[in-house]
Amino acid sequence: MDFISILSIFTLACFVGYYVVWSVTPALHTPLMSVTNAISSVIIVGALIASASGEGLASWLGLLGVTLASVNIFGGFAVTARMLAMFKRKGR
Amino acid sequence: MEHTVLPPWALIAYLAAGMLFILSLRGLGSPVTAQRGNRFGMAGMVIAIVTTLFTQAPIPPGDWWPRPGPHDLVVLAKILAAIGIGAVIGLTTAKRIAMTDMPQLVAAFHSLVGLAAVLVGWAAYLNPEAFGILNGSGLIDPLSRIEMGLGFAIGAITFSGSVIAFAKLNGNMSGAPILLPLRHWINLGTLAAILGLIGWFTLDQSLWVIAAITAAAFLIGFLLIIPIGGADMPVVVSMLNSYSGWAAAAMGFTLHNTAMIITGALVGSSGAILSYIMCKAMNRSFISVIAGGFGAEAGAGDDAARVDRPWKRGSAEDAAFLLSEAEQVIIIPGYGMAVAQAQHVLREMADKLKAEGVRVKYAIHPVAGRMPGHMNVLLAEANVPYEDVFELEDINSEFAQTDVAFIIGANDVVNPAAKTDTSSPIYGMPVFDVEKAKTIMFIKRSMGSVGYAGVDNDVFYMDQTMMLLADAKKMVEDIVKALQH
Repeated sequence: MDFISILSIFTLACFVGYYVVWSVTPALHTPLMSVTNAISSVIIVGALIASASGEGLASWLGLLGVTLASVNIFGGFAVTARMLAMFKRKGR
Repeated sequence: MEHTVLPPWALIAYLAAGMLFILSLRGLGSPVTAQRGNRFGMAGMVIAIVTTLFTQAPIPPGDWWPRPGPHDLVVLAKILAAIGIGAVIGLTTAKRIAMTDMPQLVAAFHSLVGLAAVLVGWAAYLNPEAFGILNGSGLIDPLSRIEMGLGFAIGAITFSGSVIAFAKLNGNMSGAPILLPLRHWINLGTLAAILGLIGWFTLDQSLWVIAAITAAAFLIGFLLIIPIGGADMPVVVSMLNSYSGWAAAAMGFTLHNTAMIITGALVGSSGAILSYIMCKAMNRSFISVIAGGFGAEAGAGDDAARVDRPWKRGSAEDAAFLLSEAEQVIIIPGYGMAVAQAQHVLREMADKLKAEGVRVKYAIHPVAGRMPGHMNVLLAEANVPYEDVFELEDINSEFAQTDVAFIIGANDVVNPAAKTDTSSPIYGMPVFDVEKAKTIMFIKRSMGSVGYAGVDNDVFYMDQTMMLLADAKKMVEDIVKALQH
């Protein structure tokens, strides 16, 4: 992919993000923050590539990155699920 | 530019992951669809991770499927171990964390994203071949260097900024702003140095350049957050949320990875919008929050001006009587309620009143908690149904038809000075029109200290105001007891 295609995807995704986030109900802004936290750990992709790239310092840095991002992925989704489970309707 | 060519299925899988992340945020439009949204997010993450693992083993030419050798399996075992360690730490933390501590947890998680971005950046620098960012002459492609440089810088700022935000929120560090002399010049200088170094990096890919970028960015993250006071932390947490997204996006540019770019853009916009909402709710400009120093003078206010105005004290029995006679009660909770752990007994009180035919509603100010939406989570934890909880603009017109406005642990958000007193530090902040209610009950520990902003509140001295001076939890417990008679 050339730079312009990537920039196009990025720009369009910013617009999507803008409209999607405004449609989130203010009552769920804390879960929004914890779930965005979890998904921004998609940076684990880079850490996985580094870990898989043979030996040496780069792979160890990658493995450390994988560990940190995993804390965030598992912790972020789990704490979001825990919070969302608390939001109940009347009479429950 | 020689990029690792991924098989088409992998490119589509990354795109699918990105779309699932969009759907996961879309699900948060309503509590009904939110859990499904969260599961979309998990599915997207699984797809992104599995796709990456599959494409790392060598793929024979003309084939789509990897053929892992014994070495690849050793690597895979190491990776799974790393994921396992992270999973245990993450799941344990998520299970144990108290809901009042969510802001700290989110700040801590942001710092991890930032640090992971820095680590990925360093790994890409040390092993550019694996990341497919070498150009024909065996050097890192200059455009990739800019993207990497930005990734390092934003990641490092996110990391050190979040560590300070965590320390302030968690009480390891005072919430008071720390103001260095000439701090604006130091910050601007450091920022200019980072941009200059990124520019230099395109000409010279020596190790010292990225080491200097990382160090300077760590420094500026630290410098940016120390002057920001406790009251502005909701903005800071949202802002760091945004930065963690931009860091992921910058790395996505380096790796040409669609899932990372889409996610980075989503998270970046999300944090930016939340910062904007928080600033608007406090009537503060983003620039003045970032410049810091707010809350430094708090408490040193005009004590002389607020001596000896008459006010009325009520008892739990008086309050219980008026509440049970009311048609509509609006409860305005603030962070003080959460500190006193009064939310459960408050819900008990509301249940008792509802049983007597009183309409009970909760009114939430955007800055009621210590991060956006925090108060809603705290009430949900106490089993308050979400249909009873209203946002400021949806309920503010109802106070005129309300018998009792019940203020517990809040202060600045009901201060009419925000509407009338142009000299007040909170002037212009949107507040609840509690003075229109027939009776105001104000639970407060004492008549002494007031609010984050340290300003006096005319509501204390109004004719229809009953001050209930006690610990919030104790007072509500007493009201519940009195309601039983």
